[in-house]
Amino acid sequence: MSMRTDLEIIKNWISPNSRILDLACGDGELLKDLKLQKKIEGYGLEIDLNKITEAITNNINVISTNLDSGLSQFSDKSFDTVIMTEALQAMKNPDLVLDEMLRVGKNCIVTFPNFGYWRARLSLAFYGRMPVTKKLDYQWYNTPNIHFCTVSDFEILCAEKNIHIKSKKFAAENLPDRLLKSLLPNLFSDTAIYLLSK
Amino acid sequence: MPDKISKDSVGLVTPETIKFEEPLELACGRTLVNYELVIETYGELNDDKSNAILVCHALSGHHHAAGYHSPADWKPGWWDNHIGPGKSIDTNQFFVVCPNNLGGCHGSTGPSSINPETGRVWGVDFPPLRARDWVKSQAKLADKLSIDKWAAVIGGSLGGMQAMRWALEFPDRIKHAIVIASAMKLSAQNIAFNEMARNAIKSDPDFQNGDFIEKNSQPRNGLALARMIGHVTYLSNEQMGSKFGRTLSAGSFQQGQYNPVEFEVESYLRHQGDAFSGSFDANTYLLMTRVLDYFDLAREYNNDAVKAFGVAQCDFLIVSFLSDWRFSSERSEEIVRALIDAKKNVSYAAIQSNLGHDAFLLKNEHYEKILTSYMNRIFNNDKKTQKISSTPEKIS
Repeated sequence: MSMRTDLEIIKNWISPNSRILDLACGDGELLKDLKLQKKIEGYGLEIDLNKITEAITNNINVISTNLDSGLSQFSDKSFDTVIMTEALQAMKNPDLVLDEMLRVGKNCIVTFPNFGYWRARLSLAFYGRMPVTKKLDYQWYNTPNIHFCTVSDFEILCAEKNIHIKSKKFAAENLPDRLLKSLLPNLFSDTAIYLLSK
Repeated sequence: MPDKISKDSVGLVTPETIKFEEPLELACGRTLVNYELVIETYGELNDDKSNAILVCHALSGHHHAAGYHSPADWKPGWWDNHIGPGKSIDTNQFFVVCPNNLGGCHGSTGPSSINPETGRVWGVDFPPLRARDWVKSQAKLADKLSIDKWAAVIGGSLGGMQAMRWALEFPDRIKHAIVIASAMKLSAQNIAFNEMARNAIKSDPDFQNGDFIEKNSQPRNGLALARMIGHVTYLSNEQMGSKFGRTLSAGSFQQGQYNPVEFEVESYLRHQGDAFSGSFDANTYLLMTRVLDYFDLAREYNNDAVKAFGVAQCDFLIVSFLSDWRFSSERSEEIVRALIDAKKNVSYAAIQSNLGHDAFLLKNEHYEKILTSYMNRIFNNDKKTQKISSTPEKIS
């Protein structure tokens, strides 16, 4: 299986031997790679028992957690980096989850699908339909992704919360988008990747 | 025993009695001059003795964890759901050892044994024990079996407490601790349930102040009541509702008739109590519930669980069940939190189940998958380390 682009970018932001918490870690793919390449010490949080089973098989420390109940089990600044990839939009209260991540971690990495992407806009503007993409192949009524935002929305939230954006990267799957994404990220990137601190 | 032994059963097993002639100093300051542990083992110990698993039993458990003692047995050992060829604790991969704990009543030295100093049955004079005494005696057992290091120590409930104590008392003799439906210490409510059970036993006139064996009586009513109290706390309200509801096993409420009623749940509990009181020693029940109450993982570590787990060198798997209110998931999460703060390798699974505390004994798809994947990880990682350690030999 090929590594997701956002995961490649994240790896470059992780310092060797650091302590990592990965929220909604799935089968632990990212932590497994980081363990191997960066010798990190890490824990993954996951709610789905099937994925927890896979993560255990992948030799990952994985903890049953419902992220919507917060991260109260973790002490302040107890991790170097807290990561959440492509799951912010599935949280009941993404803003509170972000607060918790920044409390527990010295740095945070967040990635999310950008709903300002031109294809999403096109779908709504011209077809009058909620966007359904290859990556997020759900209908409006059955999607776990209940809080979509755009790159601009996210940055407004960061500004309101005084969250410092240390770095940001944008990913796009198609070639023309990849060339244009740095120019107009909110229009041409399908995935946004942020390194944050407070 | 079923007509045909299924392929994933360890089949017919025979317990073994291990005698220890050297004295065992106990946490209470007293000493057992000698003692016996009755054990069962399943699977084969490999050449480098690296595949040994210690299974620690809970309050009313014993050494008979899997298989059958005779073809006439109608049910297998208490953890047969999870121990056997191809099961979560795979006896094709591991050598599983399950002792009856000291103080027990299934063959190991306990209150119903003879006190060598008096020639009389110990009864209530048997020294009070702590989980650390069990762990110590299990370490002596490991010595006898030439096992330097357990691949894992596994236990549910009170068994989980022993697994955690192992990790702190003998950090270099355990690679993994699997702690299921357990806690670092009991809550006041939990101790209260145990005290009700103890009072039920002690208030039975046949208890004879604990001297019932010498006086040829059995406090069966008290023991049955103690078991009923305990048993209710091991089930969930939801499960009791679906299993019994308000169904009557006798009588009716029809007006104009006197036909005394009995709810099914009443007959069930009575049956559970009766069956238990015929096979368990009342003094052992008092002793075991006290071990539970006294257990406090971090007491000797300044009441700091992070400091306590800091001593451990093994990796941990913690499992809880969401409908378990006697050893709730919150208790397991306290363990997990302390382990993370102590920077230990830990995985934790909170399993969906409506079977209450008893879920740890029963079949459950997710529970089995989690346990199996963790056991496979132990087995595969061990193979890897074996490969690494065997390389220099090849060169020479």
